[in-house]
Amino acid sequence: MDNRNAKIGMVLFIIYLAMYGGFVFLNAFRADVMEMTPIAGVNLAILYGFALIVAAFVLALLYGFLCKSDEQGKPAREGDK
Amino acid sequence: MIYEASFVAVTIFFLFVAVTLGLSFYFGSKAKSSQGYFAAHGQIPWFVNGIAFAGDYLSAASFLGICGMIAFYGYDGFLYSIGFLAGWVVALFVVAEPMKKLGKFTFADALDAKFGSRGIKLAAGISTLAVSIFYLIPQMVGAGSLIQPLLGFPHWAGVLIVGVTVIAIVVTAGMVSTTWVQFLKGSLLVIFSAILTIMILNRGFETAQGGSDGHALRTLSFDANLPTKEWKLPPDLAGETVATVTGATSKRTFFQIGATTWSAEAAPGRWLLHEAQTVQELDDRTILVNGKPKGSKKGEPELHPVGHVSKLPGGKASSGPLGPLSFFSTLQDSEVILWRNDKIKSAGGETVTVYYQKPTPGSQILRPGEHPRFKGIRSDKAIDKLNFLSLMLALFCGTASLPHILIRYYTVKDQASARKSTIVGIASIGFFYILTLYLGLGAMTSGSLDVTDTNMAAPLLAKSMNELLFAIISAIAFTTVLGTVSGLILASAGAVTHDLITSVMGIDLSDHDKVRVAKIASVVVGAIAIVLGILFKGMNVGYLVGWAFSVAASANLPALVMLLFWKGTTKEGIIAAVVVGMTSSLAWILLSADTFTKVYGMSADSAVVPFSQPGIVTIPLGFVTLVVVSLMTRDTAGDK
Repeated sequence: MDNRNAKIGMVLFIIYLAMYGGFVFLNAFRADVMEMTPIAGVNLAILYGFALIVAAFVLALLYGFLCKSDEQGKPAREGDK
Repeated sequence: MIYEASFVAVTIFFLFVAVTLGLSFYFGSKAKSSQGYFAAHGQIPWFVNGIAFAGDYLSAASFLGICGMIAFYGYDGFLYSIGFLAGWVVALFVVAEPMKKLGKFTFADALDAKFGSRGIKLAAGISTLAVSIFYLIPQMVGAGSLIQPLLGFPHWAGVLIVGVTVIAIVVTAGMVSTTWVQFLKGSLLVIFSAILTIMILNRGFETAQGGSDGHALRTLSFDANLPTKEWKLPPDLAGETVATVTGATSKRTFFQIGATTWSAEAAPGRWLLHEAQTVQELDDRTILVNGKPKGSKKGEPELHPVGHVSKLPGGKASSGPLGPLSFFSTLQDSEVILWRNDKIKSAGGETVTVYYQKPTPGSQILRPGEHPRFKGIRSDKAIDKLNFLSLMLALFCGTASLPHILIRYYTVKDQASARKSTIVGIASIGFFYILTLYLGLGAMTSGSLDVTDTNMAAPLLAKSMNELLFAIISAIAFTTVLGTVSGLILASAGAVTHDLITSVMGIDLSDHDKVRVAKIASVVVGAIAIVLGILFKGMNVGYLVGWAFSVAASANLPALVMLLFWKGTTKEGIIAAVVVGMTSSLAWILLSADTFTKVYGMSADSAVVPFSQPGIVTIPLGFVTLVVVSLMTRDTAGDK
């Protein structure tokens, strides 16, 4: 079951990495794109930044939700104390 | 600026410290075993642990440093917020569960779980210590910056008070009290930042000619073709001599009229002189502000508080209350007076720091690249962009390698709890980071900034609202430092006791002795932190934390990730990766232009390395080292 969790984690990680990487590379190589104001007069730099923060939370929730079913009935970590 | 201690502020501050210490002694009477001391018996509820993650993580750097950087430079500070949060994704998806499964007390435990090698324990223990101490410096500097406006004590007193209080917290009850202090602080920080944000949106923007002290900044205009002797000076400057000087780094022209300094703008046929502010320290240590000896009470000479909107869209004088998005769209079309500084020579040949106005369009403030450190992204040369890429990489990889965050996985009972508390942590931390943009921009336009201290932006913003809020925010900021510092000291004490003394030196301590050794280690690390906090006074704390992240990511992440995902990893590979990552990133920082200028006081040109942030070189270096050494030592590892 750990493998399954690790796989889910890896997929979500790669999704986020792509988003974050996109943000960093846009800033570094196409900084002018960040000045566009697509929604409500707010520029892309702010919108993308907020989206990254919200996405981290959404993916985290998704991860918690997907992993949850595996944990039920599993005893607490052994070998403690 | 002159800060006067207020009675309310002092009362609230001591109340906070008293509650914190009270909690600590209460829990101290309960925790006896080393399991209790280092890992709170693994019995912290996941929700509390999650908020405590926020309390641990949202250090002085986040609250003071990021807000300050946004207040002075705009969007660039928010890049740190984004990077700091993104790191949590690595922590949750990649590191959290294996850490929980493998280790018991410390990061070294987890790294070493497969091999049982003293070398790994030694290397990981030392890297934990190095990262923790690097991370402690900005926290202590932040404490020093705060104490002055709050209680009127000098910088060193603030550092000392934090140091002593934290040592008391850690020594009395270890992880249990530390966790509850962090829980308290994390909740208060997020709640009050939200309140402050609502007040900022409610206040909106107003145009002004100067800061909150009511001083209107002047602009003089002279015929550029006339010799300066024939200029008709305003009455208060009549008869003064006029001289021109050039700024050392900006190469701007400044006019000195008597004791006052003005930044010059060349208009067709005219000189426009904008009022600047100066600070100069004389040989006998008296400080001159704007040419006069600095006062110590209200009404005496001091620097004017700054930060105002000079133009609003449509020429309006006030925007009225704004929504979360119209806040940005309004600022986008406004103009704000930012302040920059430079060094000039006075008539007597002494060095004077001059702070001058820089009218900046909102569209520039809300885009990345305004801060000198990030201006490389607007350059055409690839090398200039490396510094930015390097920092963003270090922030992304750093969180999952910070020892004081990693140990928090041992305070809950199982992997599911570790996961749930991380999700709670991400929610509260992410929410706070969104608020930092409002807080920073609110401070930028609050008219209450201190040009000499970027770290004070957030508390001064609260002061521009009202005195009580200022007292509460300052006290929270102070507790912020307490919470993070106690976590760091505990992580260091764990590394010393558990990794270095017990495992490496092979000294078999009884449970009782372990706790005692940890307490002694806490006192020593705390003392080191106090000294460093005094030495590094005046540096932006957010910036210093960027370094700690670089060292953590370079030293710890390659070993941690490869151990989890590559079967060919050997113990020699891990040791080599930790040692190489740590020393290379530390050496890089010590040889960088930023350290040369800000710490050694030398010129940036004499720096050895091409850019200041090490991550983009030293993190891959750690990975390469691990792979190469592992491949070379494969046979010996096969014996195991």
